[in-house]
Amino acid sequence: MNDQAILEVKDISLSVGSKTILSHCSLSLKRGELKVLIGPSGAGKSTFLQCINVLTQADSGQIFLEGQEVMTKNSRELCLYRTKVGMIFQDFKLFDHLTAIDNVAIALRKVRGQSKEESRKRAMQELVRVNLAEQCELYPAQLSGGQKQRVAFARALAMDPLVLLLDEPTSALDPELVGEVLAVIRDLASHGMTMIMATHQMDFIRAISSEIIFMENGQIVEQGPPESLLGENARSRTKQFYNSLASV
Amino acid sequence: MHSLAVVIDALPSILSGSFITLGIVFGALAIGLVLGLILAILQVYGKAWQRALVHVYIWFFRGFPILVLLFLGYGLFVALSLPVQPFLISCVVLGLTSTAYQSQIFRGAILSLRPGQMQAARALGMKDSQAIRSIVIPQALRLSIPGWSNEYSILLKDSAICFVLGTQDIMARTAFAAARTHEHLALYACAGVIYFVLTLVIVRLLAKLEKRLHIPGYTSVSGEAL
Repeated sequence: MNDQAILEVKDISLSVGSKTILSHCSLSLKRGELKVLIGPSGAGKSTFLQCINVLTQADSGQIFLEGQEVMTKNSRELCLYRTKVGMIFQDFKLFDHLTAIDNVAIALRKVRGQSKEESRKRAMQELVRVNLAEQCELYPAQLSGGQKQRVAFARALAMDPLVLLLDEPTSALDPELVGEVLAVIRDLASHGMTMIMATHQMDFIRAISSEIIFMENGQIVEQGPPESLLGENARSRTKQFYNSLASV
Repeated sequence: MHSLAVVIDALPSILSGSFITLGIVFGALAIGLVLGLILAILQVYGKAWQRALVHVYIWFFRGFPILVLLFLGYGLFVALSLPVQPFLISCVVLGLTSTAYQSQIFRGAILSLRPGQMQAARALGMKDSQAIRSIVIPQALRLSIPGWSNEYSILLKDSAICFVLGTQDIMARTAFAAARTHEHLALYACAGVIYFVLTLVIVRLLAKLEKRLHIPGYTSVSGEAL
């Protein structure tokens, strides 16, 4: 058992003009943990995730991967870091001009320098893993939302990331397609993938997360294991939020 | 029947001029494709000073008549004691002009890509240059074909003006034959038809190319949607 944090984010702050978007957000992840970011919309969950893999540059803060600080201003180091921290977007963001298999293979070719055959072979393995082998030659526009999101998982996993960031992976899906994506996440969790997920799937959170992080107004308000934040006698802000969602 | 005989007589010369015309047009299109793409990328992803520079370039070539630019180019070649070859000067001047227009075709295409394509590429560890080359450009070029085919047909006809520099293109050879025979009507009608056919053929070919590069559900095929 390795107790060292695999990813540690310290004091991330970001403001746009006079508006504070994130204020001193910190987070630490051990290998195999699944932490969940929840909170009302506009709380800064997405922005926090974007700052973690520097798609948005924070005003201040530090990022450590496996104990090493990541120099995010150095573009080479940043690219290498991003290969180790995969990202899943709410709206999939598949490459529209590429088939499913090439969506997965392209970064292997361009970033890892693999040959066409090598990269397609690996891509196929990842598509099989998310149960999309038959759809490998289809273009994104020919896939359902759930299938697109599963291709996005295959694409991220092909880079062998140490950590996966999931930004509301099921929010853009029709209700009947949510299950197939949650199944992929559950499978990853059971294989020990380290993940941070922003989501509103409360029952799923209860069942699977190691820790809940509750955000509001750009700040981390509470964090703790689901049983303590959502347990019978809990009087947490998280529980309040949970009940308000449940009562809808 | 005299005019018909004159046309038949002049036809080989006029037709061989179409190689010069196409040479100028494709030379200029190629220059415009490469430089236009670079300008478009700078305009979308570049720093403020780069965008400003591109802006100045575009307004310069948008604002000057081609005829003026041709003589400017001629003067510049003379001043720099470069070889004064009308074909070369025409290619460069039309190419630099087309660069300005093509850059706007490509810029429009890049801006119409679905948002987040760059972001997704960055998230996979691609450098911006890699993401632009392997994600943005392949999509933008596909979307550019209709506008590009328009640019070809405009450029083809703009090239007729290059005869003022003494290029031996369709227009120059027609003018020469007309001056000699005074059969203006028949000869210029013939030249017009040649330009028309060259437009039609290449625009059709580009529509074929568009169809071949079509991506299901992403790009639409010409004529499919109005």
